[in-house]
Order: sequence, then C-alpha cells, then structure tokens
Amino acid sequence: MGTEKKQYVIFRIGNDEYGTDINKVTIIERLLTITRVPKTPPYIKGVINLRGDIIPVMELRTRLDIPEIEKDDDTRIIIIDVNKISYGIIVDSVSEVIEIDEAQIESPSGIINDISMDYVNGVAKCGTNLITILNVEKLISELVTI
Amino acid sequence: MKINQYLDIFVEESKEHLQELNTSLLILEKDPANTSVLNEIFRVAHTLKGMAGIMGFNLMATLTHHMEDVLDGLRKGQVKVTTEVVDVLFQCLDALEDYVENIMQTNSEGEKEYKEITEFLEQISNIRKSTEVSGKPQISKAAGQKPNIDGEGFRLNYNIYDKNVMEKAFEESLNAFEIYIELDKRCLLKAARAFIIFQILETHSEIMKSFPVVEDIEDEKFDYYFTVMIISKESAEFFIKELNSVSEVRDVQVKQITEESIKGMVLSSDDDTNQSKENNIKHKANKTPKTDATEKKKISSKTVRVEIDRLDVLMNLVSELIIIKTRLDDITTDYRSKDYDQTVENLERVTTSMHDAVMKVRMVPIESVFNRFPRMVRDISKELNKEINLNMSGEDTELDRTVIDEIGDPLIHIIRNSADHGIETPEERISKGKEPTGNIWLRAFHDGNNVVIEVEDDGKGIDINRVRKKILDSGFESEESINGLSNEEIIQYLFEPSFSTSDKITDISGRGVGLDVVKTKIEALGGNVELISNYDRGSRTIVRIPLTLAIIQALLVMVGDEKYAIPLSSIFEIYNITPKDIQFVRNQEVTLLRDTVIPIIRLHNILDIEAEEDMENKQLTCVVVRKGDKLSGLIVDSLIGQQEIVIKSLGKLLAGVRFIAGATILGDGNVALILDINSIV
Repeated sequence: MGTEKKQYVIFRIGNDEYGTDINKVTIIERLLTITRVPKTPPYIKGVINLRGDIIPVMELRTRLDIPEIEKDDDTRIIIIDVNKISYGIIVDSVSEVIEIDEAQIESPSGIINDISMDYVNGVAKCGTNLITILNVEKLISELVTI
Repeated sequence: MKINQYLDIFVEESKEHLQELNTSLLILEKDPANTSVLNEIFRVAHTLKGMAGIMGFNLMATLTHHMEDVLDGLRKGQVKVTTEVVDVLFQCLDALEDYVENIMQTNSEGEKEYKEITEFLEQISNIRKSTEVSGKPQISKAAGQKPNIDGEGFRLNYNIYDKNVMEKAFEESLNAFEIYIELDKRCLLKAARAFIIFQILETHSEIMKSFPVVEDIEDEKFDYYFTVMIISKESAEFFIKELNSVSEVRDVQVKQITEESIKGMVLSSDDDTNQSKENNIKHKANKTPKTDATEKKKISSKTVRVEIDRLDVLMNLVSELIIIKTRLDDITTDYRSKDYDQTVENLERVTTSMHDAVMKVRMVPIESVFNRFPRMVRDISKELNKEINLNMSGEDTELDRTVIDEIGDPLIHIIRNSADHGIETPEERISKGKEPTGNIWLRAFHDGNNVVIEVEDDGKGIDINRVRKKILDSGFESEESINGLSNEEIIQYLFEPSFSTSDKITDISGRGVGLDVVKTKIEALGGNVELISNYDRGSRTIVRIPLTLAIIQALLVMVGDEKYAIPLSSIFEIYNITPKDIQFVRNQEVTLLRDTVIPIIRLHNILDIEAEEDMENKQLTCVVVRKGDKLSGLIVDSLIGQQEIVIKSLGKLLAGVRFIAGATILGDGNVALILDINSIV
C-alpha cells in the first residue's frame, strides 16, 4: 500500500536481466545499419537512420565492460529519450514489460560488483529473478557534459 | 477581440518602425534641411503612437506623443535640428525599444516612464509653443475650416440630390438631422473614435453626407470635429444620448432639418453634385467605412507574414522529398524503363526548383542586420570623440533566415573592435598624415555558395611584432618555432581563447577581445573568419558563411569501406597522384599542385580507418579542398559521385565530435557523415 508501481522494459545482456523505465523508451527496433562515427568513445557504436532522424547508438555491453558478442536475430536497439536527447542502446534481446513495485527495488550497493554502480538505480527481485534497473541518464552523462 | 493575438504583429511592426526611425533620424542628423525625411519620421512616429494606443500601451503612446510634439516643431521650423534634439530623439527610440522588448517578453510594457526624456521633450516643445504666433495650426485646408455655427444656416453644403433625398425622407415621415460632433483634443485615435461614432450612426440611420468626407476622416485628415447629415426615424434626443455615451466626445449638437428649412436652401454647384453623388454611391456600396479601409489595405500589402516555424516544417518536408527522390534514383536498373527514368528526371527537376523556392522564401536581405550598425557607429564615435564614416555596401545580399539571426552578434563585435580600437582619434590620424575622419567599410557579397561579409577599417591595424613577443612571453611557441611562422599564422593566435583574455594585447592592438567568441560562433554556422592586417594602414576581417544550412551539393567518397560526404563548395579540384608525388617537409606530407606546395591529409588516419600500404604505383585520389585561401589535399580511396544531400545534425549527444559537421541519409537509407573541412584543414 502506498508504494508506486511502474512499468519496466526488461531486456537481456548475456544471462543477466536488466530493466528500464518504460516512460523513457520511445520504441524498440530490430538491428539497423549502423554508421560508425570516428572520434567518439568506444561504446558509441555509431548512428542510425530512424525514419529520417539521426540517432546515436550505444553498445551497452561495451558500456558495462562486458565483451561484445555477434549480433543475431534477437538483437534489439532500444531507443531511449531522456531530457529531449534520443539515443539507442544495443541489447542481446528484449523479453517483456513488467510492473515493478518501487518497494521491490533495492539499492545496488553490496549486491553487484561486476558492473559500474554508476549506471545502476537498483536491483529488483521478481520471484527468483534479479533485475538490474539501469539509470539511462547516467549512461550518457559523460557525453552530455562535453 | 483578443489583444494577445495581435501582440506578435504589434511587436514585429513596432520593431520595423523603430528601425525606420533610427535610419531616418541618422539621415536627418546629417542633412537637417531634408523635409521629406522629417515628414517620414513624423509619419512613422504617428503610426507608432496609434498602434501603441490601440494596444493600450499608454506609456509608449505618451512618449511617442511627446516625441511627435517635438517632431512637429521641427517640421514647422520652430525647433532647430541640433545634436541635442537628435540625441534626445535617439534616447526616445531606445526607450521605445525597451518598451517593445518588455512587451515581447512579458506582454506588458512595464512601468518605466522615462521621466527625464519626456520632460526634456516637453521643454523643447514648450519653446516652440511660445514662438507659435497663431493658435493651433490647421491640419489641412479642406478639413481645417471650421463650419459656421450660427443657429439658422446649415453647416454642410447640400446639392439638389441631397435635397431630393431629404424630401423623399419627409414623405416617408423620417427625420433628417445635421449632427456636429467634436472630439476631445487629447484623443489619440481620432479615426478610431470617428469609426465608432459612424458605426452607431449607421445602426440607427443612413448617413447621407459628411464633412470632411468619410475617406478623410478615416485617414485622420480632420481636426477634432466633423459634421454629418443623417436620415433616421429616431429623434434628436436619441442621438444626443447615444453619441454622448461614446468616450472622448466633447460636444454633440444635433440640428433637425425640417421641410421648411430646406425650402430656402442654397444648393451648391453641379460639379459638386456629381462628385458627392459619387461619394454617396461609393459610400453606399461600401456600406461601412471599415470595408473601405480593408480594401485599401489589400492593395498596399503584397507580403504575408509567416512564422519561421511553418517554413521549417515546409523545409523539412522538402528535405524528405529529396531523400526519397535520391532513393528512386538509386533503384537498380532491373526495374527501370525509359518511362521511369524520365519520370525520375522530372521529379528531380521539380524537387530542385521546389528546394530553391523554399530556400528563397527563407532568405532575408542582410540589410536587417546591417541596419543597426550606422546607429552603433555613431554612438561609439560620439562616445570616443572620433570621427568615423561607416560605408556599407551589398545590403541586399540575401542569407538564410537562420544565419541572419546568428550573424548579428559576431558582426557587432568586429565592427566595435574596428571603431573602438582600430580607428585612431582625429589628432592621431592627422599626425600620421591620414584624413581626420576614419573609415569603416562593411561589405556583403555572394561568392559561390558562400556569403562573404567584410569589415575593413583604415585604422592603426595590428602590430605583428608585439603580438609575436606576446606569443613568446606566454610560451605558446619557442623562439625557434616562432620564426618559422608567417604573419598570417601569427594573427591566427588572436583567435585563441586563452590568448585574447590578456589585457596587454588589448592595449597594443585592440584586437583579441572576444575574437575567439566570434570565431566559435561563425564556425558553428559552418563558416570561417580571417583577419588581415597592415600595421598603421588598417585591418580587414573577412567572414565567410554558407548560404544555406539545410541542403547542399556534396561529393560522396569512400574511405576504407565507409562513405563520407564533402561539401562541394569547399572542393577546389580533384586529381590523382602516386606515392612518389608525396614528399615530406618537416614531418608533414606535402605534394605539388602545379606550382604550389599543399599539405596532404590522409583521411584514413584522422578518421581512424585502417589503410592498405601504399604500393609503388598505386593511384591515390586527392581531393583538394579550400579553406579561405589555404589549399589542402585529402587522400580518399575512391569517388562515388556528386549528390544533393540534406544536412542533419548528429544530435546533442554527438554535437561536439571532431571533423564531422553532420550526417545525411543516403538513397539506400543508410547514414553518411559529412566532413567538416574547416576543422580537418
């Protein structure tokens, strides 16, 4: 009672499940042709043409220090829109949209060690699964300040 | 009626009027005897007053009213055009601009009253009032004569036609009245008041005649009173009551015309009859003065105000269309027939013309930016006791609206530098053997796909040696390396942000203050700045900016397996070289283009693309690009072809990326990056 329920888009990187607030997701796309942009950080894969708009795309694996893998039919680009900045993140696959109670989300400290805490808002326990909630603003914070 | 809806128009028009006033006032200052300019100023000020009055901006209206008083005095020769008067008029304009600015931002004019200005204006106009011999001057001969007000006679002259109409009216037992209406002398919008009065009269009667004629009243060509003859079934008392309820009406006199009284009526001549018949017919046909006014407006206005946003939408649509056209063009030949090719060709023609047309709509003469400079230079020269002549040319050069909005500030900076630090004082100039009056030239012209704006002065220029010394002192270059630098390269240092903040430089050259800001701004527009200076002879700043920011012709090239676009406007020529043609000068690869040595830039290297080893006889494609007067050769793998491309931004996230000016969408839907020649070279 009294706690807020929010919808989250759940996606996978390797065996781990991640989630992001659905209100910040514009659309989920299959893999599109990506044009590399030189002189950008390694995790910026390049830009795509999303129906006439040029959108930068981030390799989430690289961003989270996880080795890149071959793209396949399941690979998706999630287009995020935060503070009027649009960008895409490449994920291994997108599984579902679920409702998570705010109370289910625990602070990340002590639970995860292998990825940079900065990009994580918290971890939600859904049944036996642990879902890492990504902070999509933080993911691009280094670029915005340039 | 919602005032808000008109606010934008009011602000736009006010700005235009103020600009006009500024320009005219400058002319008047130079040529005080120019009555046509003076009349123009008076006219514009009057319009401004009217507009402010309608919108209920009373402070603004009051200020313009005072201003008008002075202008009227100038017109009549009771006040002389002195620097003092012109100065205070300029102050008025500034104050009015502040009001408009306030209105634009807050929808209200604010509360500042500019007491000192109004008091001073009053002082001036009081002087003239005391010199005025006979009472209020008559506005125009026809409208000025006051009708006789003795009880028996008629105020208006009637002809046989009017008499017939009245007789008819009496037969139908209607009343005829002659109504004299006097407005308050403080009424700002006489025509508007008169319009209201006419509307009241028209709902209850038929207006047969008026003096002055309706057209003159609409144009405010009357003093404070007018007389109408109407036919109505209402009584005299009714009209007295109705008309007195209108505000700013000082006096209403209604006189009933009876059958008796018209018997002895003196009729005016036939000429008049015809004319007034015409008037009457015209008036009836138009029914209300309002339609008459709108009709006039229709003829005079051939322009439409369009919000820039709407043009942007149109521009985007045209861009999309061009992308689709390119796509059709790229469809493989298997599907193509002759018909198809022809249709695509036609489509191409239409889209190209359409693009041109839309671009033209967005084009604005640079005049709107240049306009403010004469005033600015005048103010600076007054302040610094210098004599400066501003010579402008090419004001009609057109630029994209988006560029116009951005170019103003950098230009202000450059001109201010020239006036403030470039031009010497008259004494200094005389001692140098120059004319005491300094000159600043402001020129704009087209050069290919660019617009060039030059600011030149014949002031003291830049002391290269002192700049060299400064570079050494600040440790930017070593003693050794600085000797290898040309004067042009030395001057480039003035555009460095860290360099320009130094006060010392400001003292010796006057340049450098904010030049980096100028450079950043111009480069953000896809342009570049160049500074040429001759010590003691003057300097010249050359700003080059692209005509349009949205759609350009570009050459598509392959580097590795990536496609890049190079703006055609910066390409000088393309030729093939072999590795043998490349030599090294101070660790820099160079080649010989006819007689000139040009540096070679390998795009593979700067774009982090793996390149194959140069084979002995491998043909290298060298795209020679130009930045200002400087040429450089870019090595690419192959050329794809020339194409019209739509420039898209990389978005906020990647906006700062080096070497890349933007992106474009190719016919196959993929993205190609546009190289930023200015930062590569």
